[in-house]
Amino acid sequence: METLLFYLFSVVAVGSAILLVSMKNIVRALFLFFVVLFSVAGLYVFALADFVAITQILVYVGGVLVLMLFAFMLSNKELLNQLQNGTSHFFALPVWQALFIAVSFLAVLVYTMVQATAYEPEWITASRDAGAIIRPTDNTVQHLGVHLMTHYLLPFEVVSVLLMMALIGAAHLTRKEDRI
Amino acid sequence: MITLTHFLIVSACLFSTGLYAVLARRNAILVLVGIELMINAAILNLVAFGRYDKALYGGQVFALFAIVLAAAGVAVALAIILNVYKYYKTVDPEDIRNLKD
Repeated sequence: METLLFYLFSVVAVGSAILLVSMKNIVRALFLFFVVLFSVAGLYVFALADFVAITQILVYVGGVLVLMLFAFMLSNKELLNQLQNGTSHFFALPVWQALFIAVSFLAVLVYTMVQATAYEPEWITASRDAGAIIRPTDNTVQHLGVHLMTHYLLPFEVVSVLLMMALIGAAHLTRKEDRI
Repeated sequence: MITLTHFLIVSACLFSTGLYAVLARRNAILVLVGIELMINAAILNLVAFGRYDKALYGGQVFALFAIVLAAAGVAVALAIILNVYKYYKTVDPEDIRNLKD
């Protein structure tokens, strides 16, 4: 049952991601991005990271996607047009070249991962032997909070300062002025 | 219990899809969506490996940090895209080439 649900979530995630990148209508593609994010949050639950899944839904679906939709609605409708293929330059390769690169990259990744299953990292084997893996009955939120405030305090503060810098920068960039 | 390889293969599929979007789409917003897909694949890897780190919860904590950084990145990138649109009247990455050599 668990494996079946995992496969369901992963098929929904990967399928709607593939549909997303091949869709002409950008608003529909963005709403498909909702589906991808929700099913990836479901996959986080299967990795026993329930708090990360909730954060994903809150931050991505509640923040990032609404931001993208607002950026559409507040701007010109030219922004929505997927442009026709014209002369090709380096960055925007023709579709089949991008497809070739993506598929070969996928092949390399999958080959590496299948090969790497025989050589499990030592710390994973050690923690599995010691029984120190996260179990479904564990209270992850409490442990996450304690570790965030003790062992990971420095990255936490650095991230909060960086978040403030990014928000100030975004507010500065979108000012209504003649000059940027 | 779902093994690590399953998570890795799903995240590889998501990553390649994002890579395709970054390379092939000709609208900057969809390029941004492709980058977000790649970030999500990376976070899935972090979370999948983090299950074996009960002592410090390193994977899950850094997955949270990565989500926060991605959100901040999206805010700045959308601001930049809107400014680029105001200046060039297009969001095709191919047509924005005033910095070319």
